[in-house]
Amino acid sequence: MSVDLQPRTPGHDTDALRVEHIAKRFGALTALRDVNMHLGKGEVLGLIGDNGAGKSTLIKIICGYHRPDDGQIYVDGTEISLRSVDHARSVGIDTVYQDLALVNELSVYHNMFLNRERVRWPFLHNRLMRRLAKEHLDDMGVNIPDVTVEVAKLSGGQRQAIAVARSVYSDAKVLLLDEPLAAMGAKEGALILDLIRDLKARGNVSIIIIAHNYAQVLDVCDRINVLQHGEITFDKATADTSVQELTDLVVSEYQAARAKRAAGD
Amino acid sequence: MSDNVQVVEPAEQADFRPEPAKWRKILIWMRDTSRRALILLRHTFLQRREASVLIVALALMGYFEYNRSIFLSQSNLLNIAQATAPNAIVATGIVLLLISGEIDLSVGMTFALAPFLMHYFADFYGVPSIPAILFALVVAAGIGWFNGFVSIVLRVPSFVATLGTFYALQGIVLTTSHAYPAEIPKGMDGAIRQWIGPPSGWAELIWAVGIVVVFHIVLTRTRWGLHTISVGGNSIGATEAGIRSRRIKIGNFMIASVLAGFAGIAEAFRVHTIDPNLGGGAQIPFLAISAAVIGGTALAGGSGTVAGAFLGALVLAELQDGFNLIGISANPYFLILGGAILVSMIANQYLSRLRRTGRT
Repeated sequence: MSVDLQPRTPGHDTDALRVEHIAKRFGALTALRDVNMHLGKGEVLGLIGDNGAGKSTLIKIICGYHRPDDGQIYVDGTEISLRSVDHARSVGIDTVYQDLALVNELSVYHNMFLNRERVRWPFLHNRLMRRLAKEHLDDMGVNIPDVTVEVAKLSGGQRQAIAVARSVYSDAKVLLLDEPLAAMGAKEGALILDLIRDLKARGNVSIIIIAHNYAQVLDVCDRINVLQHGEITFDKATADTSVQELTDLVVSEYQAARAKRAAGD
Repeated sequence: MSDNVQVVEPAEQADFRPEPAKWRKILIWMRDTSRRALILLRHTFLQRREASVLIVALALMGYFEYNRSIFLSQSNLLNIAQATAPNAIVATGIVLLLISGEIDLSVGMTFALAPFLMHYFADFYGVPSIPAILFALVVAAGIGWFNGFVSIVLRVPSFVATLGTFYALQGIVLTTSHAYPAEIPKGMDGAIRQWIGPPSGWAELIWAVGIVVVFHIVLTRTRWGLHTISVGGNSIGATEAGIRSRRIKIGNFMIASVLAGFAGIAEAFRVHTIDPNLGGGAQIPFLAISAAVIGGTALAGGSGTVAGAFLGALVLAELQDGFNLIGISANPYFLILGGAILVSMIANQYLSRLRRTGRT
């Protein structure tokens, strides 16, 4: 089933992130078999896979939450063994989780600086943080009427935009967006897609978008990878593929699984 | 005379009397200002729960003063201050814990144990007065750490964990004291007592106000406060951002215990005896939680105010004192207290829904 991926020589330093032969088992369950994936600098990669394909395990390995049983992770061409989420963040890998990232009870600017607060000891330097947050959001084209407003009052799209803006602000080099459009209306989704396009145009950050509904994200991605049964089975530039091809791929898998179940019964 | 003025300085009079357009401007300005004031007022009341508790506290003062004019006499205000102070100090720690999503019932027994520890250190181990008090507070901090360890590291829900510590500490208090009250250590009976908990005087209230002010600032103006709100509001998100939520929560357990221990010591000084039943055991955490909740702190974590808890403690003290003065028996006090908690929590729910929808 595995597609022949172009072999990559170690030390291939045009890649912002590269994982090789990643495997992860949880007891008897093999979540990831042998994952090879690379992400070019300034590239936007769409990672697609059905439930249970191992997407979330892969993300948790890349963001430092899980340690792989096998395989290597290269950041900017250097092999790194990620010890923790903090460690991954310190080397520039940051994850934005859908709706989990922000503290609803805090203002926009406090969220922007969460755990990276500017301090005029012993007090928070609120005025500075307000100004910087406003500048940065304006700069990124995120339209928030008032940075002092509680995040709870904002829409899902605005919250997601703030979470992304925060990661970019903290000098993330590799950004993992986990279901960035989940539970979001068309207008809100467009806001996030615009933000991603804008980031791509600047080229400072490389992005992996994990998406269930790939039709929505397809046109912002440079390349699409499909994860199935713990392996990357498909790797094509977006220009060379289509929603139809991807749908066929996922559906054929579903049908194969159903046929297998039927045969088993 | 008006003729005179008209003749002498007609121009000045024209200046003095605004033209209709000017009047309209003033009227519009007045209308806008009053509208703005109204919006600000509504905003203040919806945003700052302290404001409504303050109104309740003042209204109660007015009501009791109207019925019994001695309510605002100095000696009665002193009574109220003395009932407010220990509760406000304990409630300050409880607010921090509630905001970070935890609770501590054992403060009731830390309150009773701390003065005994001070007494043991001073009278049995010959520790000088001030170090004896500090040692007692260090042990209180240790109790807080233990509560935090069991709740956060061993993952026992803090309600249950601190219920356990509550009884364990009660056992320690009763066993070590043989269930008998003790006297204030000799060396502390003079100046130290006057400074911390004089029989009559405002010292205890001044401590309470100072502690409330300090922790209000800690909560609203420092990283510690911001992180406390974060771990209570969105534990996963806060951890994702790299906030060490264990440290924040355990720290707040320690703060709550130290404050409870200090309040207990002050109260023992004031009543001039170290009593195993000081503060009435479970009464302390319940009153402190009541004060916090009436003051606008949510049990779910993520929001709350220290200043509000102080006002909550004041309202409770006023109620108790006022009922005494009016001659209503103390029994309906609990009925009112229960009602006040329910009403304020229902109002809190309603207000936070308003806030969510942004209609401020």
